[in-house]
Amino acid sequence: MSESHNDAIHALSGAYAVDALHDEERQAFEQHLQRCAECQEEVTSLREAAALLALPEEVPPPAGLRDAVLAAAAQVRPLPPEVDQPAPRAETRPTPESATVVPFRRRLQTLGSRSRLALVAAAAVVVTAAGVGITQPWEPDTATYTATERVLEAPDAASVSQSFPDGSSATVTRSPSQGKAVLETHDMDQPPSGHVFQLWLMDDEGTARPAGTMGSGGDHEMVLDGDAAEATAVGITVEPEGGSEQPTTEPIAMFDLGEAPA
Amino acid sequence: MTHLRATAPGSPEGESGAVSDTSEPAALLQRCGRGDEAAFAALYDATSPRVFGLVLRVVRDRNQAEEVTQEVFLEVWRHSARYDAARGSAISWLLTIAHRRAVDRVRSAEASTARDTTYHQQTQVPDHDSTAEAAHASLEAHRVRQAVQSLTEVQREALELAYFSGYTHTEVAALLDLPLGTAKTRIRDGLIRLRDTMGVGQ
Repeated sequence: MSESHNDAIHALSGAYAVDALHDEERQAFEQHLQRCAECQEEVTSLREAAALLALPEEVPPPAGLRDAVLAAAAQVRPLPPEVDQPAPRAETRPTPESATVVPFRRRLQTLGSRSRLALVAAAAVVVTAAGVGITQPWEPDTATYTATERVLEAPDAASVSQSFPDGSSATVTRSPSQGKAVLETHDMDQPPSGHVFQLWLMDDEGTARPAGTMGSGGDHEMVLDGDAAEATAVGITVEPEGGSEQPTTEPIAMFDLGEAPA
Repeated sequence: MTHLRATAPGSPEGESGAVSDTSEPAALLQRCGRGDEAAFAALYDATSPRVFGLVLRVVRDRNQAEEVTQEVFLEVWRHSARYDAARGSAISWLLTIAHRRAVDRVRSAEASTARDTTYHQQTQVPDHDSTAEAAHASLEAHRVRQAVQSLTEVQREALELAYFSGYTHTEVAALLDLPLGTAKTRIRDGLIRLRDTMGVGQ
């Protein structure tokens, strides 16, 4: 890949270790991490250093929290370990799982006024069902997962799904209260060489704001950059590597958030 | 949908794992991955003051800190089988999850309640002394404080604004009147110095 700007990207390791990167930078750095053993090692060691900062800050939590945490854990099975799949991902497998993503989330929305505890436990189960396969070989769940979960768990989260003739599918979930939208893709084709998929947040005046890029196809789950609370639609275009300021091609997909059930 | 299967209660296995000291967080995590709720309780007891203290420092509000801490431990439980000792200590893994969630909470709360105000308008300064008073005065904590004090002032400020206040490096640069792009270097330099002073991570 473009190793020339790697020097600059190495310098992000410290900010990454303390979660001080913007969404776009973080995604770029995580892609870089997957192929840079040096940065992996450095991030690991800098996280050890950052963890020290919490040592003088210890405060015992209230006793009731322990019961709540243990009771919630008792209702969820831990995820299985990551094992190397014998056949990584077949070319275009229709995705029966993806069809269940939306109904599961709807079910979560109907929980409404139940206790926070029940909601957290239920959300954990939903994510278990829908979240398998999104993890990266390095740096799997902790970094990119939680911002996504926050949107998907939000009581006002609403989803719009699209399926494409080649068997791929994508879902946009937007939570106005979180001000964020999440894109999940399944079995997406690779973008043309030297190009990326770029996401756009559209407003009611037809303005498109850049909301992040995806450098590869397959299965992804990502939080869109920027405030999605007022967005009326999410679009995907194919753009030259590095992304564009404005869309330069016709969208390959458009998700009308007005259609999303409230 | 086998993942929806109910969790079997109790501790399903008797054989010991690969990690020798079974009370170490890494060993407890390994047992958590097999559904051992007693190990999870022990892990909670060993690490929750560290997690709660960090989360409280970042989100500041006690009720929110409790919520986030609960989310953190559920995530730890769920992902326990995916903890890899080759990628760092168990406590570092746990605090990475905790920090991420706490920062997400602070940023999303700002996004939903004060979407129009920028960080420039927020004037709160980390209140180090009040929370530090409640903290443990262990020897190790003392060493950490000394190591933090040995950083240059700008390294320490940049690191604390990022780690404890949850600002991005560009926000840190604005808050400290640093040229754009240099805050990330200060943060990295500070962490490297802290790491080397304390002799961790390598």
